[in-house]
Amino acid sequence: MTVVVSSTEKNPVVPTARSLGQGLPFFQRRTVREGIWIGALTALVTFGSFLLLFPVYFMIVTSLKTQGASFLLPMKWLPGIQYVPQWENYGEALRFMKWQTAYTNTMVVAVLSMAGDVVSAVLVAYGFARFRAPGKNLLFGLVLSTLMVPQIVRLVPEYLGFSRLGMSNTFWPLILPAWFGSAYNIFLLRQFFTTIPIEMDQSAQIDGAGPMRVLWDVLLPQIRPALAVVLIGSFTYNWNDFFRPLIYINSPSLRTAALSLSAFQAVYGGTPFHLLMAASLVNIIPLVVLFFTLQRYFIQGIVVTGVKG
Amino acid sequence: MVAVASTPSVRATPAKRRRWRARDFQGWLWASPWILGFVLWTLGPMLWSLYLAFTRYSIIRAPIWVGLDNFQRAFEGGDSLFWPSLGRTFTWALVMVPLSLLGSLLTALMLNQGLRGTAILRTLFFIPSLTPAVALAVLWRWIYQPDFGALNYLLREIGVTAPPAWLADASYAMPSLMVMTLWGAVGGGTMLIFLAGLQGISQELYEAAEIDGAGRLARFRNVTLPLLTPTIFFNLIIGVIAALRTFTTAFVATGGGPNYATWFYILHLYQTAFQNFELGYASALAWIFFVIVICLTLANLRLSRRWVYYEGEEAI
Repeated sequence: MTVVVSSTEKNPVVPTARSLGQGLPFFQRRTVREGIWIGALTALVTFGSFLLLFPVYFMIVTSLKTQGASFLLPMKWLPGIQYVPQWENYGEALRFMKWQTAYTNTMVVAVLSMAGDVVSAVLVAYGFARFRAPGKNLLFGLVLSTLMVPQIVRLVPEYLGFSRLGMSNTFWPLILPAWFGSAYNIFLLRQFFTTIPIEMDQSAQIDGAGPMRVLWDVLLPQIRPALAVVLIGSFTYNWNDFFRPLIYINSPSLRTAALSLSAFQAVYGGTPFHLLMAASLVNIIPLVVLFFTLQRYFIQGIVVTGVKG
Repeated sequence: MVAVASTPSVRATPAKRRRWRARDFQGWLWASPWILGFVLWTLGPMLWSLYLAFTRYSIIRAPIWVGLDNFQRAFEGGDSLFWPSLGRTFTWALVMVPLSLLGSLLTALMLNQGLRGTAILRTLFFIPSLTPAVALAVLWRWIYQPDFGALNYLLREIGVTAPPAWLADASYAMPSLMVMTLWGAVGGGTMLIFLAGLQGISQELYEAAEIDGAGRLARFRNVTLPLLTPTIFFNLIIGVIAALRTFTTAFVATGGGPNYATWFYILHLYQTAFQNFELGYASALAWIFFVIVICLTLANLRLSRRWVYYEGEEAI
């Protein structure tokens, strides 16, 4: 990738007629090289997205086939041309998974957990990045160590604990842990806090800002991309989480979407792949919308380099 | 620090003794949600499983204390799958961590060049990691299927007469799993975190470097890379832990086979605990794993002082 450029870049100072390329051989002109670079990148990115999106295309194609035709060979790739698209699969899939109940539940769990994840991780990460505490490094090591405990180890005792509290078959076991901070998010936000020069805190403190004020006005605006990562990651995780709802939720009225998706297996005497794919596609739409909305925070140059007076 | 005239401290021993003031404990206050959560959800289970590691326990009857038996069984060959599964897991991590870090960094850099339609492209790249695992498992099994799978169909078209059986062949199963995992990793969470890290690098530094005559490669090496080290460090630590914990992919795609070719450590742990119900031995396996990963992470933290650059505070 980089080879294209590095070889010819000799001494490009502030743009002058010469550095812009007049009088240079064609391929050494700045504008031309810039064009080649952008062209190559675009080609590469487009190719990459085709490769990555192939499975999604496969899902779409399968979701529009009839029962039993999903894996018939040779594969038919063009709905509407090679076969009649069965749009009613979507209605059937949604009715089968009782989508109003499933998505109301999932929304409640995912939104409340996400809120907890963000609030707790911001506070704790701020503490680790900016405040003194005896044994802080040891404590941070402990935070990291919880990342290493296999989930399987915690499962049984955690389940027994929540049942003893009378919380099984409620949303509490799915939401409550998020409010105590997850090691992953704490570590992530701490890394981003530490990239901000401490002088910025100090000058705000001189102006009389308290710790909360420093966090809110100085630090958080600068780590917006990382906050977006936490929001997206937490929401996606809770939206798709299958394991914990499986263990804690029994009543059909409390089922989340991930649970209802798994109910497609072993019905109709075998998994109805066309319905499973249709339901899975519907399931990722909210996630795609969320990502698309938040991705505008991944734009260079929003970083504030001074402290508000 | 502002010198405050003799505030009464916790220990009133005068002079030499270091005085703790309330502000020295502020860190604990901020961290308190996590500490509370740790005590509530994690500490108990961990201690319970540590105790179980020294017992024989199969749920039906109360645990029986057996001392170090479980550890001896693991280390001294009483469990013929222990060492191979550990070795396999390390091989996996050694290959996957560098490849997925490099792949997702390159993707993040490409998606950060301000190409037209970047918002759409980023979303497209991220979609695979939003796709439910069930749908992906179905898809990849179909691609790798030896007789009528998409991959072998293509290979036969271009003249390969006897293409391998991929997931069903002991010597190809591992590489096949690697490709499949890399596919999901390149545009996923790691890439997103790199992308977030790239946003923190001030544009002025690039402009300054450009004025000094730095080409694209030099700008990358001298501006982007050093300022991205905290992010790389995060992804490295998380990547190592995640690679060693690999479970779902193998569980769904191969079930550990064929002939134990993809039998990873956590798969072994899962099998021991929830298929054979040897919870005592499984706890010992979990703690062995825990200690190994902690040592690796500590080594990583130590090494990080040499290469991670923090603007806000010195490294831990």
